[in-house]
Amino acid sequence: MTEKKKRKIRLSIPAEEIMRPGNLACQGCGASLAMRYALKALGRNVIFDIPACCWSVIDGPFPYSSIGVPLLHMAFETAASTASGIRAAMKVLGKEDTKVVAWAGDGGTFDIGFQALSGAAERNEDIIYVCYDNEAYMNTGIQRSGATPYGAWTTTTPVKHFKKLPKKDIIEIMAAHRIPYVANVNIAYPEDFIRKFQKAASIRGTKFIHVFSPCPPGWKMKPDDTIKVAKLAVQTRAFPLIEIENGVKYTLNVKVNKPKPIFEYLKLQGRFKHLTEEEVKRIQEDVDSYWEYLMKKVEFSKEYAG
Amino acid sequence: MKKVLMGNHAISYGATLSRVQVIAAYPITPQTQVVELLSEIVANGELEAEFIKVESEHSAMAACIGASAAGARAFTATSSQGLLLMHEVLHWASRARLPIVMANINRAISPGWTIWTDQNDSLSQRDTGWIQIYAADNQEVLDSIIIGYKVAEKVSLPLMVVLDAFVLSHTYEPVDIPDQDKVDKFLPPYNPKIKLDPEDPHAFGGLTAPNIYMEFQYNHQLAMMEAKKVINEAGKEYGEITGRYYQNLSPYKVDDAEYILITSGTVAKTTNIVVDKLRESGVKIGNLRIRTFRPFPSEEIYEILKDKKKIFVIDRNLSFGNTGIFFQEVKASLYNTDIKVPIFGFVTGLGGRDVTPELIEEIVNYGMKKEKPEEEVIWMGVKK
Repeated sequence: MTEKKKRKIRLSIPAEEIMRPGNLACQGCGASLAMRYALKALGRNVIFDIPACCWSVIDGPFPYSSIGVPLLHMAFETAASTASGIRAAMKVLGKEDTKVVAWAGDGGTFDIGFQALSGAAERNEDIIYVCYDNEAYMNTGIQRSGATPYGAWTTTTPVKHFKKLPKKDIIEIMAAHRIPYVANVNIAYPEDFIRKFQKAASIRGTKFIHVFSPCPPGWKMKPDDTIKVAKLAVQTRAFPLIEIENGVKYTLNVKVNKPKPIFEYLKLQGRFKHLTEEEVKRIQEDVDSYWEYLMKKVEFSKEYAG
Repeated sequence: MKKVLMGNHAISYGATLSRVQVIAAYPITPQTQVVELLSEIVANGELEAEFIKVESEHSAMAACIGASAAGARAFTATSSQGLLLMHEVLHWASRARLPIVMANINRAISPGWTIWTDQNDSLSQRDTGWIQIYAADNQEVLDSIIIGYKVAEKVSLPLMVVLDAFVLSHTYEPVDIPDQDKVDKFLPPYNPKIKLDPEDPHAFGGLTAPNIYMEFQYNHQLAMMEAKKVINEAGKEYGEITGRYYQNLSPYKVDDAEYILITSGTVAKTTNIVVDKLRESGVKIGNLRIRTFRPFPSEEIYEILKDKKKIFVIDRNLSFGNTGIFFQEVKASLYNTDIKVPIFGFVTGLGGRDVTPELIEEIVNYGMKKEKPEEEVIWMGVKK
C-alpha cells in the first residue's frame, strides 16, 4: 500500500455515535435520525431542552435517556424561553462554550411555542433552536398544526374537510427576525444537515434550523420509504434546502435543475391519497410559484448582501 | 445600613444581597419597580447576573427553570395576571424540585380591571407545590428573600414571597439592609449536586410511568413538611445575625388571650393596633399572623389555639362557593383535634378596599356578640 492510500479517509459525517442504541421512536421515524445527525454535528458539549413533542417520549422512560447529553424536559410552549435561561446560567457560570439547543416539534414551534421563540430571537439569545417538522401533532395522534401542508389529511382535518390552508412559512418568519442564521435541513441529505449544524454552532446569537422530518404513521406511508420521501421533497422542490444569513443573505444549498412532479412525492403518502387531479395540479402550481419566488430572493440577495 | 425603601425596592435589594445569578422578568403593575431597580443594579455591575427581559411571565418562569436546572440561582417577580399566566410552569418548577425564589405582589384578579391588593392571585397557586411566605412589612420582605433562598435550596423547592400591592409595594418604610458579608455567611453560593452538565449527562423530567410517578409526589410532600422545620431554623439563624427573627407564625399577645384574630399580610399590622386598643378596655385578645401558608403550620397553630374561646379569621380573599381560604385551612387543620371552639370566617378588603382599625374592631364586636357563626362567610365592609 502506498503512503497516500494509507492516509485516513476524511469523513464528511463524524463517526462517533453520541446517541445510544435503543429509543422509543416509531419505525422509520425521521426525528430519531435527525437527533442522531444533530448530535454527530454538535458533539458532547451541549445541553438540550425538549418541550412536549414526540421526543418527550422517544428519549425513553425515566430513568433512561437515549441521547447521551444533558436534557431538560419542559412544558409545551417553553423551548426557547427555557433555552434562554440555560444559556444565561452557562454564561454566568463561565461555561460559554457549552452549546444550548432547544429541540421542538412543529406544534411547539409554529403554534404554541411561537411567542417564546419570537421573543428569544428578538433578544438574539445565543441558542440553536431546532424544529423537527413532521407537519402535525403526531405525539397526540395526528392533529393538524400550523405546519400541516395544504391538502393533507389529519384526524382533525378529515378527508371530507382536508386542510385547505397553506403551512406557515417558518423560515421566512424567522428570517424576518434578522437573526444571524436560519437554515433548513433534510434527513436524506446528511452532509448538508451536518454542515449546517456545525455552522450554526460556530455562530453567536440565535440560530434557527428547520428539519424536514417524515413520520410514517402520521403520513400514512411505509416506514422504509422515509428516506425516499424525504429525498423527493427536495427533488420535487417541495422543500428547497436553503440558508439565510442575517435575514437577508439567501443561499440555495441543493440545486434542483430537473424537478420531479409533485405527484411523485404525494403518491407515497396516504395522507394525500384523497386529492383529485385538480388538487394535485394546484399544489404543483404552489410549489412552482414558491420556487420562483425563492430563486428571485436568492438572486436578489447576491446583489444586496453579496 | 438603614434606608427608606418602598416594598418593591426591598425585594430588589433582597435579591441583590442573595447574589442571584439569573433574573428573568416581565413588567406588570405593581411589580415594575422591582425589575427596574434590578436592571440598574445589574447594568451598573453591582450584581454579577444575567437579566433576561423575556416577552411574558410564562417565559420568565420557564427561563428561571432552565437557569436553575443548569445550576444558577434564579429569581423573578410578578403579580396577579402575570402569576396566573405562570401557573403551568409554577407546577413544573416545584415538581422539578428547583429552588427558584419569586416575589409576588398581591394584586386582585380581573375583570374588572384592578391593580389593588387582595390575595386571590397567590392563593390560587396553593397547590402548585411552592412554599409561600406572606410578609407584613418592607423589612420582612427584604429578609424573606434572603432566608427564602436558604430554605428553598435546603429542601429543593421553589419559594414565593408575597406582599400586598401598594400597601407595601409602593409604601416607603425604613429598612435595615444587612451587610453583604453577613448575608454571604448565612447564604453560601448555590451549588446543586445534580444539574444539567455535559460532563455528567442526565435527562430530567422524562416519561414517568405509574410505577414511579407517585414516589416523586411522596418525596415532594416530605420536602414540604421538612420545610416547616427548615423555615423556623433558617429564620432563627438569620435572627442571630441580624436581630430579626422569623418563624412560620408571628403571634402577637396570644399567650393569655381568650380570643384570637387570625390574619396575614399587612392586615396583621393594623390588627395589632386594634389588639392594643381592645386590651386597654380589658378584652383579652391576641393576633396570630400566619407567615407560612404552604406548608401550612397546623401543629404550631394548634398549640396557640388549643385553650382559646373564639377564633376570628380575616381573609382578604375568597374561594367562590366556599369561604375565605385561610379560614378553610385553619378549620381543616383543627378538625381532628380536641379544639371545639367556634371559628368565624370574615371576608373583607377585596380589590384593595381598605381594612381599617374600625373595621377590624367591628369584626371583633361581631364575633364576641355571637354564640357561634351564623353564616359560612361573614362579609365585612361590603355593600349588599
